[in-house]
Amino acid sequence: MAFLSKAYDKLKSALKKTAQVLNTDVRTLFVPGRQINEEFLGEVEERLLAADVGVANSERIVSTMRDRWRLGKIKNRDQCQEIIREEMLAGWAGTSRELTFAASGPTVILVAGVNGAGKTTSIAKLAWYFKNELKKKVMVAAGDTFRAGAVHQLTIWAERLGVDIVKHKQNADAAAVAYDACEAAKTRGVDVLIVDTAGRLPTQEHLIRELVKIRDVVAKRIEGAPHEALLVLDATTGQNAVNQAKVFGQAINVTGIILAKLDGTAKGGVIMSIRDQLNIPVKFIGLGETPEDIAKFDPAEYVMALLGEKGE
Amino acid sequence: MLETLTDKLGGVFRGLAGRGRISEENVREAMREVRTALLEADVNFKVVREFTDAVVEKAIGEHVIQSLKPGEVMIKIVYDELVKLMGPVDTRIYFVTPGPTVIMMAGLQGSGKTTTCGKLAKLLVSKGHHPLLAAADLQRPAAVEQLKTIGEQVGVPVYTDPSKVAPHGQVQKGAAVAVCRAAIAEAKKTGRDVVILDTAGRLHIDDALMGELKEVNAQLKPHQVFLVLDAMSGQDAVNSAKAFNEQLELDGLILTKFDSDTRGGALLSAKMITGKPVKFLGVGEKLDALEEFRPEGMAQRILGMGDIVGLVQSAMENFDQEETAKLQAKMEKGTFTLEDFMAQMAQVKKMGPMGKVMGMIPGMGDMMKQVNMKEGDIEKSLKRMQAMYQSMTVAERKKPDLIEHGRRRRIARGAGVEGGEVSKFIKDFEQSRDMMRAVGSMGVMGKFKMMRALAKGDLAGLGMPGGPMLKTKKSGYMEKKDRNKKKRR
Repeated sequence: MAFLSKAYDKLKSALKKTAQVLNTDVRTLFVPGRQINEEFLGEVEERLLAADVGVANSERIVSTMRDRWRLGKIKNRDQCQEIIREEMLAGWAGTSRELTFAASGPTVILVAGVNGAGKTTSIAKLAWYFKNELKKKVMVAAGDTFRAGAVHQLTIWAERLGVDIVKHKQNADAAAVAYDACEAAKTRGVDVLIVDTAGRLPTQEHLIRELVKIRDVVAKRIEGAPHEALLVLDATTGQNAVNQAKVFGQAINVTGIILAKLDGTAKGGVIMSIRDQLNIPVKFIGLGETPEDIAKFDPAEYVMALLGEKGE
Repeated sequence: MLETLTDKLGGVFRGLAGRGRISEENVREAMREVRTALLEADVNFKVVREFTDAVVEKAIGEHVIQSLKPGEVMIKIVYDELVKLMGPVDTRIYFVTPGPTVIMMAGLQGSGKTTTCGKLAKLLVSKGHHPLLAAADLQRPAAVEQLKTIGEQVGVPVYTDPSKVAPHGQVQKGAAVAVCRAAIAEAKKTGRDVVILDTAGRLHIDDALMGELKEVNAQLKPHQVFLVLDAMSGQDAVNSAKAFNEQLELDGLILTKFDSDTRGGALLSAKMITGKPVKFLGVGEKLDALEEFRPEGMAQRILGMGDIVGLVQSAMENFDQEETAKLQAKMEKGTFTLEDFMAQMAQVKKMGPMGKVMGMIPGMGDMMKQVNMKEGDIEKSLKRMQAMYQSMTVAERKKPDLIEHGRRRRIARGAGVEGGEVSKFIKDFEQSRDMMRAVGSMGVMGKFKMMRALAKGDLAGLGMPGGPMLKTKKSGYMEKKDRNKKKRR
C-alpha cells in the first residue's frame, strides 16, 4: 500500500500544481454553511464542464443537486460535494481494474492509442512497474515502425530500464515485430511482453485494420494473448476520447485505459463518459515524464484529488 | 472533421426552419441546442457562453422574428458569429531581410510539433524557401533522430548537436539556447533563409521547461512563435494556450490531427483566449498534409453548409478553369453529355480523395454516412464508370439513347461488368444531368435546400425528376421499403 499512498501524494501534488495554475479549484466552491442557489448550481456545472466531464454527466449531477435542494433535502453547498462524490463513484463499481495475467507462459499486453497520446512513455512506465513493483521479467516490442525515431525512443527506454527489447527497422511490418517478440518471449521465459504500436486516429481505417492484424498475430502465437489491450488516452483530450475508446475497443477489445498526462491542468473527466457508454475501466494513470510516474487508478483517489478532501 | 457538430446544428435548424416564424422562445431553444453541440465539440464553456449570448442578442432582434425564413436567417447569424470568432485570418508567415527568419514551435507533449516542423519545412520549400530544421528537443528520447528522419523525407537539412541531449530526467540549462544559436549561425553560413526550431514538448505548468523556452525566446528573439495544439484537445486547451501566450507572445496557432473525427472546438477556444490567428491545420500523416486555415470553411462545416470555400479553393488549384466554365455553361443549358459527365468526374478526381471532396459538399457527408459509402467505394465505382465509358463508341458517348440491348451487351463485355450496371450508369448520368439542369436554375438557398433534401434521400419531395437516387453499397438501387423507412425517419 505504500506504493498507492505514494501515488496519491504524487497525484495530490500534481493537482495542487493544477490548483495554483487555475487559481481556483472545486473545493473553493463548496464552502460549508453557504446556502445553495441557482447561481451556485450554474457555477458547479461550469466547473464540471471545465474538467471535461461532458454535458450529459454535468447536467445529470447538477439536476440531482437541484432536485434534492428543491425538496429541502439539502441546504448547504458542502452537501453538494457529497453528491458529486457519490455520482462519480457509483458508476465505477463493478468494473475490475485488476490486470489479467497468463496462467503460464508470457502475459502479453498490447498498447494502442492515437498519435501523441503518450504510448511509448506509458510503456516505459508499465515496464518499470512490472519489473520493479511486481518483480517480473519484462520484454518490450517496438511495434511502432511508422513514426520516425519511435524504435529508437523505445530502445533508449529499454536500456535505461534494463529490460529486453525486440525490434525491427523503421517501416518494417509491425505484425512481424509482434510475431518475433512472441517467439522470443516464449524462448527467453519472459513474464510480461508489452507490445508498442504506432499512433493511429480512429478515422484511419486501414491503420485500425493493421492493429487488428497485430492482435490476431499475437493471439495465434500465445494462448489467450493479448491478455490486456490497453488504450492510452491523453488526459487533455476532450470528448473525442469517447470515440477513440469506441473504435479501438471494437478493433482490439480494449480491456483498460491508461490515462496519461494527468500531471497537467487537465483532469480527464471524459473517462466518466467512457465509463457510462462503454464500461471500459481506467487501470493506470500517468503523472509525469519519468518511468516511476505511474499509479494504479483508484476512483476514490481520483475523485478526492479532483475535489479535494474536506477540511483541506 | 467537424461533421458531427454539423449534424447536430443541422438538426436544430431543420426543426427551426419547419416552423415558419420563430419566437424568442424558439431562438432560446435553438441556442440551448447550439450550446450543447458546441460544448460536446469541446469548445471551452466560457467561449460557448459568449457565443450563445451574442447570437441570442442578435437573433431576438425583429429581423428574425418577422422573417419568413427564420432557419436561414438563424444560420446566417450563427455563421457570421462563428466566422467573427475565428477571424481575422492571417495565414502568412512573415519573413525578415536579411535572413534567416527564425520560427519557433512550442507546445505540449504529443501535440505534433516535430511532424509539424517537417510539414512546415516542406511547405516553405514548395514556396521557394530554403529552410533549416533545428533539433532543440533535447528531452524526449530519440526526438533528434525523429527530426533527422523527417528532414531526410522532406529534403531539408537538420541541425543537430547530440552532445547537448539532456541526461535522463534533467533539464540542462542553456543547452537548448546553444543548439538554436548554433543552428542560426549554421543557416547564415550555408545560406538557408528560414530556421525552424523544434523545441521539447512541455506542460505549461512545468517551470523548468517553460523557463528554458522563455530563455530561447528572450535570447534568440525568434521572428515568429507558433503554438502547436492538438485539435482533439478538450476544455484545458484554453489553459495551455493562455500560459504559452503569456510566456512567449505567440504569433499564431497550428492545430494538428484535424484528420481525426474530432469536432475541433479547441480551435475556437484557443483562438479566443489568445487572440492569435490560426495559421495552419495538420490534416494527415503525410508530410504535405498542412493546410492554410480559413474560418469560412470551418464555420460552414459547423453549420452543415459544407466547406464550399474549401471546395472552391481546392478546385481552383486543380481544376482546368476553362474546362470548368464550359461545363458550367453546359450544365445550365442542359446540354450536358456523357462526355462532359466523365470530364467532370476526371476533374473532381483531380481534387483529391473523393471522400474528402464529398465531405466538403453540403449534405454529402450526411449522405455518405446514410448510404454507408466509404472513401474507397467511390473511387472503385469511378473506375468502373471509366471502363464502361471507354467501351462506348464516340456516337454512344454523345447520345446514350442509342444504347439498346445489343450495344449494351457489347459495352458490358468490354468493361467487364454486368449489363445491368451499364444501364444503371446511364440512368445515373441522366439523373445527374437533370439535377444539374435544376441546380443551375436555382439560387443559393435553393441549392442548400436541395442538398438537404438530397441528404434525406427525398428528391421526389422537391419535385425533382428522377426520384430518389440513393444507392446502397452492394445491392444497386435501394429497395422501396428502405426508401420509405428513410423518409419516415
